[in-house]
Amino acid sequence: MRPSRLPRHAMDASFWRDERVRAVAAQVLAFAAVVAVFAWLVTNTAANLDRLNIRLTLGFFDERAGFNILQTPIPYDNNSTYLRAFLVGLVNTLIVGVIGVILATILGFLVGIGRLSSNWLLARLATIYVETFRNIPLLLQLVFWAEAVLTLLPRAQQAIELPFGATLSVRGLYLPAPVAESALLWVGVAFLAGIAAAYLLGRWARGRQARTGQRFPAASVGLALIFGLPILTFLVLGRPLAWEPPVLQRFNFTGGIPIIPELAALVLGLVIYTAAFIAEVVRGGILAVPRGQIEAARAVGLSSGTTMRRVIIPQALRAIIPPLTNQYLNLIKNSSLAVAIGYPDLVGVFKNTVLNQTGRAIEVVAITMAVYLFISLAGSVFMNRFNARVAIRER
Amino acid sequence: MKNRMIAAGFGLCLPMVAIPASAQTLNDVQGRGYVQCGVHTGLFGFAEIGDDGEWHGFDVDYCRAIASAIFNDADAVRFTPLNATERFTALQSGEIDVLIRITTWTMTRDASLGLIFAGVNYYDGQSFLVPTELELTDAAGLDGGTVCVQTGTTTELNLADYFNSRGLTFEAVAFAERAEAVSAFEAGRCDAFTADASNLYSTRMTMVDPDAYVVLDERISKEPLGPAVRQDDIQWFNIVKWVHFALLNAEEFGITQANVAEMAESTNPEIMRLLGRDGTFGEMVGLSNDWAYNVIANVGNYGEIFDRNIGAGSPLGIERGLNALWTDGGIHYAPPVR
Amino acid sequence: MAPRNFVRTEIIPAQPPPAGTLGPLAWLRAHLFSTPANAAITILAVLFLAWTIPPLIRWAFVDAVWTGENREACVGAGACWAFVRAKFDLFMYGQYPPAQHWRVNVVGLLFVAGLVPMAIPAIPGKRWTVLYLLVVFPVAAFILLRGGMFGLTDVPTTRWGGLLVTLVVAVTGIVIAFPLGVLLALARRSRLPLIRVLATGLIEIWRGVPLVTVLFMASVMLPIFLPSGVTIDKLLRAIIGIGVFYSAYMAEVIRGGLQSIPRGQYEGAMALGLSGLQRTWLVVLPQALTISIPGIVNTIIALFKDTSLVLIIALYDLLGMIQSATNDSNWAVAQVPASGYAFAAVIYWALCFSMSRYSLFIERRRAAGRPR
Repeated sequence: MRPSRLPRHAMDASFWRDERVRAVAAQVLAFAAVVAVFAWLVTNTAANLDRLNIRLTLGFFDERAGFNILQTPIPYDNNSTYLRAFLVGLVNTLIVGVIGVILATILGFLVGIGRLSSNWLLARLATIYVETFRNIPLLLQLVFWAEAVLTLLPRAQQAIELPFGATLSVRGLYLPAPVAESALLWVGVAFLAGIAAAYLLGRWARGRQARTGQRFPAASVGLALIFGLPILTFLVLGRPLAWEPPVLQRFNFTGGIPIIPELAALVLGLVIYTAAFIAEVVRGGILAVPRGQIEAARAVGLSSGTTMRRVIIPQALRAIIPPLTNQYLNLIKNSSLAVAIGYPDLVGVFKNTVLNQTGRAIEVVAITMAVYLFISLAGSVFMNRFNARVAIRER
Repeated sequence: MKNRMIAAGFGLCLPMVAIPASAQTLNDVQGRGYVQCGVHTGLFGFAEIGDDGEWHGFDVDYCRAIASAIFNDADAVRFTPLNATERFTALQSGEIDVLIRITTWTMTRDASLGLIFAGVNYYDGQSFLVPTELELTDAAGLDGGTVCVQTGTTTELNLADYFNSRGLTFEAVAFAERAEAVSAFEAGRCDAFTADASNLYSTRMTMVDPDAYVVLDERISKEPLGPAVRQDDIQWFNIVKWVHFALLNAEEFGITQANVAEMAESTNPEIMRLLGRDGTFGEMVGLSNDWAYNVIANVGNYGEIFDRNIGAGSPLGIERGLNALWTDGGIHYAPPVR
Repeated sequence: MAPRNFVRTEIIPAQPPPAGTLGPLAWLRAHLFSTPANAAITILAVLFLAWTIPPLIRWAFVDAVWTGENREACVGAGACWAFVRAKFDLFMYGQYPPAQHWRVNVVGLLFVAGLVPMAIPAIPGKRWTVLYLLVVFPVAAFILLRGGMFGLTDVPTTRWGGLLVTLVVAVTGIVIAFPLGVLLALARRSRLPLIRVLATGLIEIWRGVPLVTVLFMASVMLPIFLPSGVTIDKLLRAIIGIGVFYSAYMAEVIRGGLQSIPRGQYEGAMALGLSGLQRTWLVVLPQALTISIPGIVNTIIALFKDTSLVLIIALYDLLGMIQSATNDSNWAVAQVPASGYAFAAVIYWALCFSMSRYSLFIERRRAAGRPR
C-alpha cells in the first residue's frame, strides 16, 4: 500500500516516525540551538560593550607599545608597535616549542628504550623517572625549577666560570658570541658543497648496489663530507671566527649570547614533563612490534643494528607517530604556562601585557586562541602527511 | 499552540536575558545586602587577609566605608581579590561594584575602558626598590641594569619612558604577579624592583632583611590611585566619590571615630550638613541622611584610615606628604557638602 | 644373577643448577653486567644514584627542620617542614573559617564514603552508589561548604582555598566533563552530517587551544558575554572552563571506545527491535565506556593536574596557596619554596599515581576476564 492512500492521521504519525524527517529535524534543531546560543552571546557582548562605550577594533596594533620585552629574537624596542610585540611573543613561543620538541624527543626516546633495557637498574630508573614526572602537575614543576632551583644560582658578581668564557649565574647562562670574519662565508659554501656531494654519492651508491649488489658505506662517507668539508675549510682558512666572551659590567654581563633563566626553567620543565609521556609512547610503539618480526629478521641473517633500523623502528614508528604528534602539540600548548614564570611568550607578552596596556580583552584573547589553534591544526596536518608516508603499503 | 510555545519559550528565556537598566548599582547592592569590592590579592597595608582571616588595609577600609554609608555595617562587603589583568574586566562585567586596588587614574582608563575614577585616595609616584649596597641616589644610576616589574601596569610603561628619555639602557623582567617579581628581585635576578612607592614600602617590609634594601627618593611618575566604578551609573559614582570626600572633610573638621557622637551635636553648620543634622544630602544620592556619620563611626576619617594601615600607626610608617590635607601642606582637598 | 635391567624406583633428587646461574652474583651478572656496555650503564647508574640520593635524603630528613615558629628555625640547609606544619591548615582549607573546618572534613568523609564502594568492583549496588555520587553528594557538599542555610554560616567561595579548591574544581570539573564528553563523542559519531560537523568543530577547537587561554576567557571574558548584571561565581567560572575544555578530551577517549564496538552489536540490537536511543543507551554505550575506562582515568588524571592552572587566574588552590605562603615574610628563607613545592608535589603525586594504578588494575581485571 502506498503511503498516500493512508488516512490522514496515519500519515501524520508516519511523518514523525520517518527516520529521514527526524534526521533533518534533529540537525536543524541542533544547528538552530548553536546559532541561537551564539547569537545570544554576541548580542549580550554587543550590549555590554555598547553600555561601556567600548568598540572592537584592531587599530591598536599600529600603536606604540611602550614597554620592554626581556627576550627579543627579532628587533624590538619600546618604540615598536603592538604588532611587533605580538610577533616577538610568537617567535619566543616558537623558540621554546622547537627547542622543547627536539630535547623532549631525545630524552623521551632514551628513557623509553631504557625502560625496555635488559639492564635491571636502568629499566627501574627509567620507570621511576616516568612515574615521578608524569604524575606531578607541569605548572608545579615549572615554578619549582624557576623559584626553588634556578634562584639558588650565584649572583652575577660571583658567576660560575665555565669553559670558553661562558658564565652561569642567576642572570642566566651567557655563552660567548661568535664573531664571524668574511672568510667564514667559504665555510658555508663548503657545507653546501658537502651536502651536494653527499647527495650525489648516495645516488651513485644506490645505483651500484642495484646493479652489482655491492654495498658502499654511503651514509658515513656522506656525513663525513657534510661535516668534514666545512671543518677542513675552516682550518685551512685559519679559523676565521673569533669568540667574544660575556663581560661583567656594574650590574650584569654584556656581550655574548644570553640564555635567560626563565627560558631555561621553561625548557627544563617542559622537556622533563613531556619526555615522560614520550617515553611511554616509544615503549608502547616498540612493544607493539610483533616478536616474530625480530626473530624473522635474525633468521634472515640481519645484524642487530640492521634489525633495529630496518625492521623494528619503521614498524614502531607507525604506532609512535600519532601519539607523538599529540605530545608535541601538548608541549607547545603547555608552553603557555610560561606566563607563570615570567618568560615572554605569546601569552605573556600579548595576552597579558598587550591586553593590559590596551584593555582590548576580546580582540587579544581571540587572536591568541586563533594562533594556537592554527599551530595545532597545522601540526596535525603535517604529522598526518608524515604518518601517511610511513603507513603500511599493502599490496 | 504555536503562539503558546513561543510564549513559553520566551518565558523560559526571560529570567536569563533580562537586562537590568543601568543606574541600578545601588539597588542591586541594597538588594543583595553587601557591596562587592575588588581589591589587591595581597599587598601588606593596602589589602591583605590578616591572621584573623579578615581583610585589612587602606583599600579595604575604603570598601568598608562605602558599605557603612549604605548599610551602616562595615562588614556588609565582600572582597574579590583581583590581579592586575582581571581588575578592569571584573568591573566592566559587574562582578564587582567598585574597584579599589591601588589603581592609577589615567586618561586611557577613563576614556576607553568604560570606567570612571571617583577620586584620588592616595597620591603616589613610581620609584625603585634597590639593594642598599648599590648606594644609588637616583634611578639613572641603574643604567645597564635589570629591573623587575609587574606586567600590565602603568609602571611598566613609565619605566621604559624614563630610561628612554635619558638615553639609558635597561632590561625589564616582567611578571604577571607582583609576588613573583618580588621573589625574583630578592633572588638577585634583577638589580631593582619598580612599582608605586607605597607598594615598595610595603614590599620592603615583607623582605627577609628590610634594611638591606632602600626605596629611592626619586619619583619618576605621577600615580594618583583611586577607586573606579563603571561609567554607566552616575548615582553610584556619586556615592563612591562622596564617601571619599566625606572621609577627607571629616578629617578636616576634626571628626574622628571616637568623637563622632559628640560632633553630631556640634553647631558648626558644615559639620551639621556632613553628619546629616541639616539638609537631605544623603537622600540626594539615594542614601540615608546619616550616611557620613555611619562611615566615620565605623571606619574613622581619612587620617585615621591612613595612620592605622600605612601611616605612622603601622609598621609601614609612610609619611603623609602629598597625602596630607591641603591645610597641612598636602593636596587632599574635598569639595564642601552643601 | 644380577638383574639385567635397571629400573629406577625412586626419582633422582633435583640437582642444583650450575653454579654460574644461581644466587645474587649470577643475578647481577644476568641483569646488570651481561655485556660490557651493560656494565658501563650499570656503573653510570650507580654513580648517578650515589650523586642524587644521599643529598636528597639529607635534605629531606637528616638536615630537615620539623618544628619552628618562623624563619629563624629554617636557616639551615635542610628542608623546612616546620613551614608546612605551620601553614598546614591554610594549604588544606585556604581562608575557610577555622571554626567551620569540620564542614569540609564531613564533605571529605561523604566523598570517600561514595568513592570506596564505587571503586571496589566486589561491592554491589553500583547503581545506588552512582546515584549517591551524582545527586546526593553534590547537593550535600554544596550545602555544607557554602552554607547560608540550615543554620550554617555563609562561607563565600572567595574564602575557599588550598586542597579544598583543588578537589572541588577537579570533582566538579569531572562531573561536567564526563556527560558532556559522552554527548560530544556520540555526536561526532552521528550519521547526521551537520551534527557531526558541529561536534568535530567544537572538539577540535577546544583541543587546539591551551587551557590557560580557556581559563582566562572563563574568568575574565565570560562575564562580558553574559547579560549585564548576571554574574557567575569566579570559582564556578573556572570550573566551567576546565569542565568544558576537558569534555573535548573525554569525547575523543570515548569515541575510541565507541569505534571499537563491533558492528554486530549494533546489528544485534537492531534485530532485537531496539530504538536508536535504546541501542545507544543499553547496548553500545555501556560497552564503549567500559573499554574506555583507562583512557577516561588518564583524562581525569590530566584534569586533576591541570586544576593547578587556576592559580594563573588568581584562585588559590593547593599550589596557589603554597606559592602565596612562600611569600610570607615570616617564612622568607631560601629553603621554604623548595619545601612547600615538595609538599605539593607529594600530594599531587600520591593522588595521580594511585589513580593511574587503579586504572591499571581495572585494565588487568578486564583483560583477565576476556578470552584471548
